[in-house]
Amino acid sequence: MIIKNGNVVLENGVAKKDILIENGKITKIADEITGVGETLDASGLYVFPGLIDMHVHLREPGFEHKEDIESGSKAAVKGGFTQICCMPNTDPVADNKVVVSYIRNRGKEVGLCKVHPIGAITKGLKGEFLADVGEMKKVGAVAISDDGKTVKSTRLMRLAMEYASGFNIKCLCHCEDADLVDGGVVNEGFNSTLAGLKGIQRAAEDIVIARDIALAESLDVPVHICHVSTHSGVRLIRDAKRAGVKVTAETCPHYFALTDDVIRDFNTNTKVNPPIREEVDKQAILEGLKDGTLDCIVTDHAPHHADDKNVEYNLAAFGISGIETSFSLAITHLYKTGLLTLPEIAQRMSLNPAQILGLEGGKIEEGGVADLMLASLEEEWTVKADELVSKGKNTPFDGCKLTGVVKATIVDGKVVYNA
Amino acid sequence: MLKRKDMLGLIDATADEIYEILETAGNMKKLVKQGIKKLPHLEGCTATILFYENSTRTRTSFELAAKYMGATTINISAGSSSVAKGETLVDTGKTLDAQKNDFIIIRHPMGGAPYLLAKTVKASVLNAGDGMNEHPTQGLLDMLTMKEKFGKIEGLKVAILGDIKHSRVAKSDLFGLKKLGADVRMYAPETLIPKGIDKLGAKLCSSREEAVDGADVVMGLRIQLERQQAGNFPSLAEYADFYGVDDKILSYANPNAIIMHPGPVNRGVELTSAMIDHDNSRIEDQVLSGVAVRMALLFLLQQYRKSLK
Amino acid sequence: MSEHLIMDKDAVRRTITRLSNEILEKVGRLDDVAVLGIKRSGEIVAQRIAKRLEELEGVVLPCAGLDITMQRDDLVSEFFVPEFTGNDFDFSIQGKTVILCDDVLFTGRSVRAAIETVFSLGRPKRIYLLEMIDRGGRQLPIRADFVGKNVPTSKSERIEMKFVELGAQEDCVLIVK
Repeated sequence: MIIKNGNVVLENGVAKKDILIENGKITKIADEITGVGETLDASGLYVFPGLIDMHVHLREPGFEHKEDIESGSKAAVKGGFTQICCMPNTDPVADNKVVVSYIRNRGKEVGLCKVHPIGAITKGLKGEFLADVGEMKKVGAVAISDDGKTVKSTRLMRLAMEYASGFNIKCLCHCEDADLVDGGVVNEGFNSTLAGLKGIQRAAEDIVIARDIALAESLDVPVHICHVSTHSGVRLIRDAKRAGVKVTAETCPHYFALTDDVIRDFNTNTKVNPPIREEVDKQAILEGLKDGTLDCIVTDHAPHHADDKNVEYNLAAFGISGIETSFSLAITHLYKTGLLTLPEIAQRMSLNPAQILGLEGGKIEEGGVADLMLASLEEEWTVKADELVSKGKNTPFDGCKLTGVVKATIVDGKVVYNA
Repeated sequence: MLKRKDMLGLIDATADEIYEILETAGNMKKLVKQGIKKLPHLEGCTATILFYENSTRTRTSFELAAKYMGATTINISAGSSSVAKGETLVDTGKTLDAQKNDFIIIRHPMGGAPYLLAKTVKASVLNAGDGMNEHPTQGLLDMLTMKEKFGKIEGLKVAILGDIKHSRVAKSDLFGLKKLGADVRMYAPETLIPKGIDKLGAKLCSSREEAVDGADVVMGLRIQLERQQAGNFPSLAEYADFYGVDDKILSYANPNAIIMHPGPVNRGVELTSAMIDHDNSRIEDQVLSGVAVRMALLFLLQQYRKSLK
Repeated sequence: MSEHLIMDKDAVRRTITRLSNEILEKVGRLDDVAVLGIKRSGEIVAQRIAKRLEELEGVVLPCAGLDITMQRDDLVSEFFVPEFTGNDFDFSIQGKTVILCDDVLFTGRSVRAAIETVFSLGRPKRIYLLEMIDRGGRQLPIRADFVGKNVPTSKSERIEMKFVELGAQEDCVLIVK
């Protein structure tokens, strides 16, 4: 297959190139490639390396009414993703090789994007005993995480990071001091006061970020901080990076696109953990994305059934269905505003996640895997929650007009999504 | 004419709407004082009082108001514990709608619950207190009591002392009073001041004396015992000593100042007994204002409902 | 707008006297009689009647104005909050013969409300209705026992009864078109 006339987003810039794909690999990138066979006309479109989301929830096994690997994969390829990494908080928990294998195999069966399971740090996500990290890695786990919870015991977290480093597998840390959260549901600030909803202090997140950075520094092992939402968290990570700590970090579109003003009408689709914060945090997140403190943009795609959201704010499930809006939000809020260049966006949404987890792909290069995404960067669209492909219609962006539309997604040289 | 299906909070009420409610409530209060406890305006209407929190005052106040207006009332008391289990609020709302309820008066331990209900049902929803969010009828009844004493709200100096953070009363008072041009001062332990309340127009004071200085209204807020257990302040004795109102503190206020409290009062904690039983205490008047305000709201909401038909 | 005088102050005085005599003739003993007037003009009529009866018979009759607001049949249809002045009489109407006085009888709705109001206060032995003017136009099956003057009117006309007690220069009754 030849992708013709596309603006190709390369590591160092954007260039009009043709791309030849053979046997699932990119074999040639040149100004003009002619030949026989299938041709994809990408005139006016941009060709990105396939996006990689290293933080999603696919809900299978156990919560298939919220999402399953098939519906999640369909949503992912519509969002431009060629590889996704799913968190282990399923039922049963992905804390053993059986569940990890099941997820991996089910992803292959569905055959749209590449589904990489993330194993649990502790058995049953209970924070008591280490899960079988080695066994899980052997059957395809790309990282370990107790996402949704923090490993409360600092001693156990230390052992997990130390042990995992022996298998060259990273801990992805959900940072939240549950004692300080104490039932909070939104960011603590003016808007929590206005809505009369219990707030969550930034410190609840920062304390654990600081703890995990301290562990990484003192053990000299890598650590990855999940979904950073606070300005102070960004600063902690920036300082740690400057000091040479092996820390990487991610944030999500809702932290750079929204402020907690959106909670005022009690729309439960704005309930997410960590909570959407204030303008100062949003600005710091943007700055962190720009200067590289925050390595990646992930979606923390957390689909929920309407029944989990059509309840009192306090009772509603935490989480945003975000995989279909992530790219457009990045284009709208990061590229169109001039903050990031296209290669920088590709780096945050593809290359960095690939490098952090040791995945293939992440860039468009000869000899590389043919995981690609074609998008229009001029076209606008309006998010309609009930038109999402994901089973989770829980988006706070319902009705928002965004720029940037994914036109096609190609995995291993095969078109898996075509708008 | 008040043009709204529901009364969920004073956050979005206009000054004109508040004045209209207060004027109607003033007339209702006159009638009740004259012993008129049977008005025909809500005859044939049903008001369901759906309480997910224990309450005697507010529940009976609403029930009397609805009955005085001629409505049939139903009481549903669901304990807080049943919120998380059992039927969802949305389903309860649908059931009440199917039964052709005209009004649903809801108290709920979680902020925003009345908004969810109002969105779901055709019935008019009245918020009787939701979590830490609002208690609009309490705000209105407080303003009615103040207006009847001073003739106006504009320019009044109102000191509110106590647990602001968990107080939906303080918030509804603040929203309403600021809209009518009052000067609201607050004083509380630092652990019980919610973030950004000053941005809503409250002046945060650094002492009781500063808050009460020249005040026309001195209001204590109920302190829940569990706040102490949760560590917001060390002891009730210390609380009373630093944040309570006694005659010495009252002496800083305007000599005509009235003493208010949403009740029930912890005697000797928020207010000393001398304050509760003071000639200028309006705590009992607040109770009557409560019935009147609730009658007025039922009246005005019904008036709007009729106008739609 | 034009005004037409139908009773001057002398006519009003003579009418009160005639009505008082008719009451004496019809009711006989005044022992158990109470005079009530529908507020506000009717209250003045009631006071005049009571005073005249006192002059004629030497008996001081219990007399009061009746606030019928709470029984108005348009409270709900017009949806307003009634302003009620109270009906706290210093006498009981239980078992009394009530002379219910009013200024103008038109639709009959005020009279209905007045009867309801009287019954809410006690159970009278009987109620007589006295009207200074009957202008016709009844909407309810109500008839006055004592009528000052029958003045058939159209809907566009209005009867105005003026009393010095209510701020008029002198008593009179006008038709206003």
